[in-house]
Amino acid sequence: MGAQVKEQDMTPLLQVNGLTKMYGPRIGCKDVSFDLYPGEVMGIVGESGSGKSTLLNAMAGHHAPDRGEVVFDTRADGPVDTLKMSEPERRMLGRTDWAFVHQHARDGLRMSVSAGGNIGERLMAVGGRHYGEIREQAADWLGRVEISDTRIDDRPSAFSGGMQQRLQIARNLVTGPRLVFMDEPTGGLDVSVQARLLDLLRSLVREMGLSAIIVTHDLAVVRLLADRLMVMKDGHVVESGLTDQVLDDPQHAYTQLLVSSVLQV
Amino acid sequence: MSDYNFAYLDEQTKRMIRRAILKGLAVPGYQVPFASREMPMPYGWGTGGVQVSAATLTPEDTLKVIDQGADDTTNAVSIRKFFERTAGVATTEETTKASVIQTRHRIPEAELTEDQILVYQVPIPEPLRFLEPRETETRKMHSLEEYGLMHVKLYEDISQHGDIATSYAYPVKVEDRYVMDPSPIPKFDNPKLEMAAIQLFGAGREQRIYAVPPYTRVVSLDFEDYPFEATKADHPCDLCGSEHSYLDEVILDDAGNRMFVCSDTDYCRTRRAEGHVGRLGESEGEAA
Repeated sequence: MGAQVKEQDMTPLLQVNGLTKMYGPRIGCKDVSFDLYPGEVMGIVGESGSGKSTLLNAMAGHHAPDRGEVVFDTRADGPVDTLKMSEPERRMLGRTDWAFVHQHARDGLRMSVSAGGNIGERLMAVGGRHYGEIREQAADWLGRVEISDTRIDDRPSAFSGGMQQRLQIARNLVTGPRLVFMDEPTGGLDVSVQARLLDLLRSLVREMGLSAIIVTHDLAVVRLLADRLMVMKDGHVVESGLTDQVLDDPQHAYTQLLVSSVLQV
Repeated sequence: MSDYNFAYLDEQTKRMIRRAILKGLAVPGYQVPFASREMPMPYGWGTGGVQVSAATLTPEDTLKVIDQGADDTTNAVSIRKFFERTAGVATTEETTKASVIQTRHRIPEAELTEDQILVYQVPIPEPLRFLEPRETETRKMHSLEEYGLMHVKLYEDISQHGDIATSYAYPVKVEDRYVMDPSPIPKFDNPKLEMAAIQLFGAGREQRIYAVPPYTRVVSLDFEDYPFEATKADHPCDLCGSEHSYLDEVILDDAGNRMFVCSDTDYCRTRRAEGHVGRLGESEGEAA
């Protein structure tokens, strides 16, 4: 599917060139380059400490990389290196065209603010000043992530883990972003809840034509969601390609190990 | 008074505070850090306001101090005595005769003039504090004008109470730039923030000074479909009969009897002297 979109629209939404992040003498991630096209979902897999979260945070502007470029195709000015943007511009991007879904919903939600307020925050941050409209959109988004709108005034602390994660997704997608960064979106959820969340994510990504970068250690997640896959080890990308290709016919020794390590039930 | 430097603080300290005040006036609504001193009173009793007053007072000034609008409450009496002893300035209870007015939780009912200075005592100067606990983050939000979060608080009010239930310390935007906490004044007083007098805000424990120059635009935040409303108890004053002043509710007995009186004691006294009488005014006016 990603390949089809790629043929129609040849301007990549995101171009990452030689992105490097060091932690002192140690490597966070090194010389990562790839293009992400509109509507495409990229999976990044690897073991703990392989640098995948570092890479994601560096791309999303949460911490400054040492070298490289992250060029985003902005609506107004076309491709711009986000690392050279001024901070207000980058933060504006962070609450309009970009979204970031944290592994722990608590990091991405305001736990003392109601579900409706959590969803409405991004709307109000971009200038929404009509209570009725904000609330309507919040209720609509609760519905889309399969949370009953009777829970709109409940705080996230009264929600289950799966509901919190879905609320976090609603809160991020309400402003219609074009690129979503996800850090282990299904981490810490039990398998049946994971399945529902994946189902939901897949339909939202397809419906809205979102591009997404998903970091996970769970190969089943990328098999379901990702068009393309990058495998990371020790801060380097060791293999990349179409998801099915990489998972079914792994070339690099580490990828072979990773694929064969999955427990079969 | 000879044992103290004029108005208690030493001249270097006053100079430092005056610099913060001038910077505050130059950037309306911006919280200027200053090196708050230990004052001979506990934090929360107006140490910020006292330092700003001390730096503002001259020997020719006439000082008025109010606490919740009243001249005769503990906080007001002790601060007034403090400056009587350490500065030897004249003091008054009449709003119109004062040149410097230090206040806690109210703006006087009488309209202030260009030759007056209103000094507020501020407990927590950061309007975003209860929404965002990180100081580094709130500073960034101020500098980048990211104030969406302030509306989240108002949203929460409406969703829980049906309207904006914040009734004091109601957030305002100053000159279309900084969102400011007007100190815990009732929102009834918010429209009065656009006034002829200079307004200075001092937070002693939090070490911040901010200011609103005369005739500065001060807008209370709200939603298009839930506009700001300056509310008060729907009742006339029981002593002076005023329908336009902010009222305190006083429980009279355990049978459910109550009275409403102006919280601004000077305003109420002035009106009674002019012959206005409320429901309970004639019989109990003097006692109250």
